[in-house]
Amino acid sequence: MNDMRHLERTADTKDIKISARNCQVHYGDTHAIKDVSVELEDKTVTAFIGPSGCGKSTFLRCLNRMNDTIDICRVEGDILLDGEDIYDKRVDPVQLRAKVGMVFQKPNPFPKSIYDNVAYGPRIHGLARTKAELDEIVENSLRRGAIWDEVKDRLDAPGTGLSGGQQQRLCIARAVATEPEVLLMDEPCSALDPIATAQVEELIDELRERYSVVIVTHSMQQAARVSQKTAFFHLGSLVEYDETGQIFTNPKDPRTESYITGRIG
Amino acid sequence: MTDATSNGPTARAKKEHGSLLVQDALTKRRNASERRFRAYGLTAIGIGVAALILLLTSILSQGLPAFQQTFVTLDVVLDEAKLDKKGNRNIDEIKKVTTFGYAPLIKNGLKSRMEELNISIDGLSDKDAGGIISKEAAGQLRRYVIANPDEIGNSVEFRFLANGRIDGYYKGRVTMQSAERDNNVSPQQLQLADALKDGGALVTRFNWDFITKADASENRPEAAGIGVAIIGSLYMMMIVLVLALPIGVAASIYLEEFAPQNWFTDLIEVNISNLAAVPSIVYGILGLAIFINYGGLPQSAPIVGGLVLTLMTLPTIIIATRASLKSVPPSIRAAALGVGASRMQSVFHHVLPLAMPGILTGTIIGLAQALGETAPLMLIGMVAFVRDFPSAPPEGFFDPASALPVQVYNWTTRADPAFVERASGAIIVLLMFLLCMNMIAIILRRRFERRW
Amino acid sequence: MHDNEQHIARAFDRDLEAIQAHIMKMGGLVEAAILDAAESLATRDEELAERVRNGDHAVDQLDLMINEQTALLIAQRQPIAFDLRTVLAVMKVSSNLERIGDYAKNMAKRTGVLVQMNEIEGGNSAVRRMAKTVQVMLKDALDAMIQRDPELAEDVRQRDLEVDQMYNTLFREFLTYMMEDPRNITACMHLHFIAKNIERMGDHVTAIAEQVIYMSTGALPSEERPKGDRTSTDTTGIS
Repeated sequence: MNDMRHLERTADTKDIKISARNCQVHYGDTHAIKDVSVELEDKTVTAFIGPSGCGKSTFLRCLNRMNDTIDICRVEGDILLDGEDIYDKRVDPVQLRAKVGMVFQKPNPFPKSIYDNVAYGPRIHGLARTKAELDEIVENSLRRGAIWDEVKDRLDAPGTGLSGGQQQRLCIARAVATEPEVLLMDEPCSALDPIATAQVEELIDELRERYSVVIVTHSMQQAARVSQKTAFFHLGSLVEYDETGQIFTNPKDPRTESYITGRIG
Repeated sequence: MTDATSNGPTARAKKEHGSLLVQDALTKRRNASERRFRAYGLTAIGIGVAALILLLTSILSQGLPAFQQTFVTLDVVLDEAKLDKKGNRNIDEIKKVTTFGYAPLIKNGLKSRMEELNISIDGLSDKDAGGIISKEAAGQLRRYVIANPDEIGNSVEFRFLANGRIDGYYKGRVTMQSAERDNNVSPQQLQLADALKDGGALVTRFNWDFITKADASENRPEAAGIGVAIIGSLYMMMIVLVLALPIGVAASIYLEEFAPQNWFTDLIEVNISNLAAVPSIVYGILGLAIFINYGGLPQSAPIVGGLVLTLMTLPTIIIATRASLKSVPPSIRAAALGVGASRMQSVFHHVLPLAMPGILTGTIIGLAQALGETAPLMLIGMVAFVRDFPSAPPEGFFDPASALPVQVYNWTTRADPAFVERASGAIIVLLMFLLCMNMIAIILRRRFERRW
Repeated sequence: MHDNEQHIARAFDRDLEAIQAHIMKMGGLVEAAILDAAESLATRDEELAERVRNGDHAVDQLDLMINEQTALLIAQRQPIAFDLRTVLAVMKVSSNLERIGDYAKNMAKRTGVLVQMNEIEGGNSAVRRMAKTVQVMLKDALDAMIQRDPELAEDVRQRDLEVDQMYNTLFREFLTYMMEDPRNITACMHLHFIAKNIERMGDHVTAIAEQVIYMSTGALPSEERPKGDRTSTDTTGIS
């Protein structure tokens, strides 16, 4: 069994997509992220787990500079995307966010038609020159979002009229429409029922072929199901980062063990 | 065993709580206080509705007659000997004849009409008989002749306004008894009016002139209109809309979406809230000092009124706009940023359209507030008596004009009770305007409203 | 590490403890069965042998019960990490114990046949010593499980060598008896099967010890288990 895991690990050796080095985040006086260094692999689903307020969402938001919108938030240390520091002065956060897409906890489609929801990103980034091209992008994105068959007959219907699970898949389709390289997901299934959750998880597994996916989740089972790598955050520190199988059968750090087995620790 | 242990407490609990079919003392007290509170609420609403009904009936009963006016129809012979002595139809010469020259013609017309209808009233002098026609009539006749000099020498049918007292007689303000004590009107004049009415020469009909004509002097309330005031108010609203909406919306978008959170923006925020509570007369003094004394803008002009009202409306618009921007869920902004939209794109593509209904409602409420504002306009001289219509904008913005609420105030200070009726009529027009604006607000909100 | 920490859901702790208590009960029954089977052979006590045979039913029942309860626990609590390893270990230990019980039953059955025949000198006591060793190993393995003591478990694992060597000795001994007098063959064959059963029990105890090590450390012992049973590969004695 050990050997098998070794084999898999060596066969799956992948490029590093994002690497954070000694990342520190302060919210005003609060030290939210303490010296986190982590290397996220390409074409891999990485799960961030940890108790509420442990900084996993904050760290996720550092990866596409979503924290820039908060005035009191300060980020120190390096976060490299393909070897380039995304906090470099020359980097435009808008350009970065087109490369590093994001899906949020609550499904948040724009109060526009399904078509416009998906077409919005490509439109503002000028990815389509003609209407036909845009139509194609929309269709491909909706297919990749595993929702095309459900909405192809009503692309003009408002996106807010869909069910929760459909809305979330629409949001994923919207995120992939801008051709990102990394997809960040902040508890994408916390507002969904189990069926919709399963559909989104299936979708995440498919997305792994093209993107590097980082998912924050409170559900240990979900992290175990969808991710290949798992990072456990506790009190702003990265406690353990390893193969998901390793974390869930034999974590090395007692804090990880206490958290994932549901013990007071 | 588990059954036995769980049985004990439930059995005891049953005894403690008693039957659900009987209300215990606490529930009774609670229900009674709830009923009481509902009664208070209903009473409050009842008082409000009663006050509204009282106000509306009083205004409508007083103001609606203002839209009716008594007219006397006369055939006037435009005597060439009096109007154009030289007979060469030279306009300049005709213009030399003042209204005093026209008055006898009207008297003659009335006399011939009385003869025609066989009216003779004891103790009624010719002068008194002419008194039932408004003093405005001579002016009306002169304007007609100057406009149509060719008609001189002919006999033309005119409809003249009746004197305000005669008008008041048919609206119940003046009675035979009150006329005996009144210097301005005699019972004989009233008898004459009745006789003319019987003969069909005196009628009461809808009065467009009230809405379209300018204000008139103290002596002739029957000729006073709100035309200038409507145009003045309209001009000011245009100025307020054009200035306050973009400035207010831009300021609130910046404050809400872009401004950093620091002591300076906090200070601005507090000040804006305070400005909304500043008494409007203070804005009037500000306008007087800055726009008229310092800026050298003309008094009584809609531009100054518009600027002052803009200053006054801005805080309202900013507060309403910020509130509606705040009510847009942050998830929409996050979603836009998440797909790589810039902050401005996120605001203009997503946040602003969603906030639009709220912004429009706030703006229209601000406009309505400005429309009804009196005090600051009085300070900048809009209370002046304006007889001439302002010209078309933009020059018209600098011409003297009145405003509806100021006109109302103005009329209520005048002695003749006929002006009270006029004031109420003006209030009705003002309320109609406000109603229209609120309708527009509701329609716009319906149009733009979206679910999310 | 986990002794002073409890699950936030205390029912989870209670369920886990209940299942482990069943394992201990099962272990107790199996230990007794081993000793009694050997005892019945030594004292030629058919009644005791009969009791051992009937007693195996209780062990099988406990195994079923443990299977059901672990299935329920997995469905309800989705155990992970240490909890997951405990549940997995418990399931395996339970089936190992069930197998050991079966071997004890088989021993008792053969006792019923052996009492009809001549006694083989020294064979019974050697079998009894071997049974005692395996019983102590089993007890230690189960103690290691309760105390989460991988060192004790490793010790148990090493002691299997002893059992294997005892079996080798017996194997040669029985061969000698059979060559000396063909009339001993039936009895020796039965005794040999009994010895083989005990040796298999030792292997199962070793498997239990390995589960205990996996449970407490998260990894199975990587080095090869010490093997002392060379009878299947050697040609010892038949030369």
